[in-house]
Amino acid sequence: MTEKLVIIGNGMAPGRMLEHLFEQAPGRYDVTVFNAEPRVNYDRIMLSPVLSGEKTFDDIVIHGDGWYIDHKVMLYKGHRIVEIDRDARTVRSEHGEVAAYDKLVIATGSNPFIIPVPGHDLPGVLSYRDLDDVDAMLLAAKARGNAVVIGGGLLGLEAAAGLKEQGMDVTVLHIMPTLMERQLDPAAGYLLQRELESRGITVITKANTREITGLGKVEAVHLDDGTVIPADIVVMAVGIRPNSAIARDAGLEVNRGIVVDDRMRTSDPDIYALGECAEVNGMVYGLVAPLYRMAEVAATSLAGAQGDPFADSATPTRLKVTGINLYSAGDFAEGEDREEIVFRDASAGVYKRLILRDDRIIGTVLYGDTADGSWFFDLLKKGDSVADMRDTLIFGPAYAGGDPLDPTAAGAALPDDAEICGCNGVCKGAITGAISEKGLTGLDDVRAHTKASASCGTCTGLVEQLLGLTLGEAYDAAAVPAMCGCTELGHGDVRRLIKAKQLKTIPAVMQELGWTSSGGCAKCRPALNYYLVCDWPDDYADDYQSRFINERVHANIQKDGTYSVVPRMWGGMTSSTELRAIADVVDKFQIPAVKCTGGMRIDMLGIRKEDLPAVWADLGKAGFVSGQAYAKGLRTVKTCVGTDWCRFGTQDSTGLGIRLEKFMWGSWTPAKLKMAVSGCPRNCAEATCKDIGIICVDSGYEIHFAGAAGLDIKGTEVLGHVGTEDAVLEHVVALAQMYREQGFYLERIYKWAKRIGLDEIRTQIMDDAERRKAYFDRFVFSQKFAQVDPWSERVSGKDKHEFKPMATLELEAAQ
Amino acid sequence: MNAPVTTLSGDWIEIGALDDIPRQGARVVKTASGCIAVFRTADDAVFALDDRCPHRGGPLSQGIVHGNSVTCPLHNWVISLETGMAQGADEGQTTATPAKVENGRIFIARTALAQRVA
Repeated sequence: MTEKLVIIGNGMAPGRMLEHLFEQAPGRYDVTVFNAEPRVNYDRIMLSPVLSGEKTFDDIVIHGDGWYIDHKVMLYKGHRIVEIDRDARTVRSEHGEVAAYDKLVIATGSNPFIIPVPGHDLPGVLSYRDLDDVDAMLLAAKARGNAVVIGGGLLGLEAAAGLKEQGMDVTVLHIMPTLMERQLDPAAGYLLQRELESRGITVITKANTREITGLGKVEAVHLDDGTVIPADIVVMAVGIRPNSAIARDAGLEVNRGIVVDDRMRTSDPDIYALGECAEVNGMVYGLVAPLYRMAEVAATSLAGAQGDPFADSATPTRLKVTGINLYSAGDFAEGEDREEIVFRDASAGVYKRLILRDDRIIGTVLYGDTADGSWFFDLLKKGDSVADMRDTLIFGPAYAGGDPLDPTAAGAALPDDAEICGCNGVCKGAITGAISEKGLTGLDDVRAHTKASASCGTCTGLVEQLLGLTLGEAYDAAAVPAMCGCTELGHGDVRRLIKAKQLKTIPAVMQELGWTSSGGCAKCRPALNYYLVCDWPDDYADDYQSRFINERVHANIQKDGTYSVVPRMWGGMTSSTELRAIADVVDKFQIPAVKCTGGMRIDMLGIRKEDLPAVWADLGKAGFVSGQAYAKGLRTVKTCVGTDWCRFGTQDSTGLGIRLEKFMWGSWTPAKLKMAVSGCPRNCAEATCKDIGIICVDSGYEIHFAGAAGLDIKGTEVLGHVGTEDAVLEHVVALAQMYREQGFYLERIYKWAKRIGLDEIRTQIMDDAERRKAYFDRFVFSQKFAQVDPWSERVSGKDKHEFKPMATLELEAAQ
Repeated sequence: MNAPVTTLSGDWIEIGALDDIPRQGARVVKTASGCIAVFRTADDAVFALDDRCPHRGGPLSQGIVHGNSVTCPLHNWVISLETGMAQGADEGQTTATPAKVENGRIFIARTALAQRVA
């Protein structure tokens, strides 16, 4: 006797299950299918090609109407089941159709998650789940206009690419720092972002949607940071939720999804669930491979046969956007017991990473060239040892022996018009051209003929690479010490390449310059962060996690984990009001130590981290801002009392010091920058051992620099003499900017000066008015973004998480 | 200022949400016998260590997180997040506590807390 099988849902999983079932137990069941969508079973993962116009709906139909007729399946299209009556063993549709079952399969799939921001229910806000959504998008795209896609995961990016293909202006908003962070590591996420941007799609990461606005229909999306993006449609693709309501109403066990055992049986032995609505061993699934596996298991079980139970297994991910090759599988987290093999080809935009544990592949991320993805995945699934082929593994199965990676690849990948020497404006083509045409054989020749590397010398490493590339083995370059273990490039090479290749994020630097680690280390990350802050003040988003703790929380960590706080006292001047405010703060927060610093300010030591924002709030009310006593940046400008009080003073040294400090505070520099202004050559402000010092004289001002009074002791060098305060400001600021642009991270100004040469610095700052002005202007531009008091920002709530414990666990509760 | 005391039952103690910790960052959980530093790596793995560097007791929660290691803010020792062992030429170990993430919530093992209290 045939039994009655009723299926709720007509997606890919139940479709596949029926195929298996008809094969294993033909004629056993009389099948009825209820489909909430008014159509047959189609290939949902091919919706993206339909959206982009590469396929039509007919192309993606899996089971046409004929199939249902052939297999005597009763298909109700557009019938949503609203009730399961487990006692009567029937289901009822919204149109009142009732069907009796012996076995019931729930395959209701999932619902798109809609972020409940204001305006989420406006017409024009769409999800991306079924053909209706695609039709709505295609309709909207006819009018061109602006589309905003919220969600930079697999689905969101496919939607974005499709809408772009249909002629819309597309912006993708993603809440995380990198795209597809669940499937890709940051390096591959960066490459993907770059590719999408090159197609004209705007990508905004770390984007928090505040609201969607419009009169009667969507008009704009507003972000937390105040950005407003015009939108004619908004596609929400931020995730899915198992659609389990009907099972819950029927009293079945439901957790995140409908709970089933490894044979797809729910808590009612006659009811099965499979697909995105089902939860097996605490997991819910969204990719097709495990869903098809569920279909196989359920079919076997319904056929009354024994088969393998459902088991979780790794599933590779691919993005279905034409021209973008991306593949990830397995576990690609870093770990102590894990090793990684990374291969990058900057010019071809290729990134490959294999994660190994005990000589076995456990994960892989491929971008650009995914041809070997299935081979790697196969090795991963089999768990075979790859010890024998480790050295060449990353090159894939076709590879047999060859040279190790070429450290000169970064130079080779540059286009001819990339600027190598920033001081003299010499591009790559000019250097390689001169080498071949004039038969140059060494660095000095290149300097003489092209001026490249003849000034500050920061690009020396790169020029040597070009010599090596052009002359081949005939050239033997002097070794440049590498920045850290993650790269073979030195600091100078990296700084030049950041400018030449317009690299504006840390993942971009690591990818384009061939970093051999996936995420850098505690040595290179703070350096890269500084270089990017310095070179792209308007574009680069400061990465606080790549800063040392002092710069992250804007105070100085002490040996016991408490902090010290130093407010700015401009030029060392203070007042009774300021001192009273400090005294009050010391009392209120029971600060154990108060001390005068060497830079003419007051240091409060021993403050608990949790108290910092409250301390700053009180100091802020008295007009104090951060003294940045913790920064690789401008610290103090020490002054003497000058002509205000001193009988020997020749100029207003106090006023000049304050003016310099007010102009330059907040700027980041390669290492700390301490200054002083003395009102006469008696030099009470000790300007001649500072990074930059001014000695006032009757005829004007002597500018000094490159002093040291720390590990090394060194008197300053004279930069030159100028006649007015305005001139002092311009020269000092230009000098600071030159150092900012050329210094290596943690390299004090005296070491930089030694490397560059004093004459070169004097020529550029004292003699070349045009260049001096350009340095000055770049400093001023950068200050627009740097002069924000970090303390008041944090009093207003920025980085709250830095200052509060995550949780407090009490003693008695722990026992 | 302190976050509320969390419910304590079973072998694991829920201490907060994964998103409470920035990627490549750390937060502190206070206990009666000292702080535990809870770290989140770039790929969202979570680890917990006593917030004391084996060298001079520096607060590891304030260090730079890179890969599955943290560099101590006081003297740049590099400590494994998984084992608490000092890396490279340095020798020493801080106590590691099992930690896990489920449905976006972070849990640390209760056993470690009991040992600390004892």
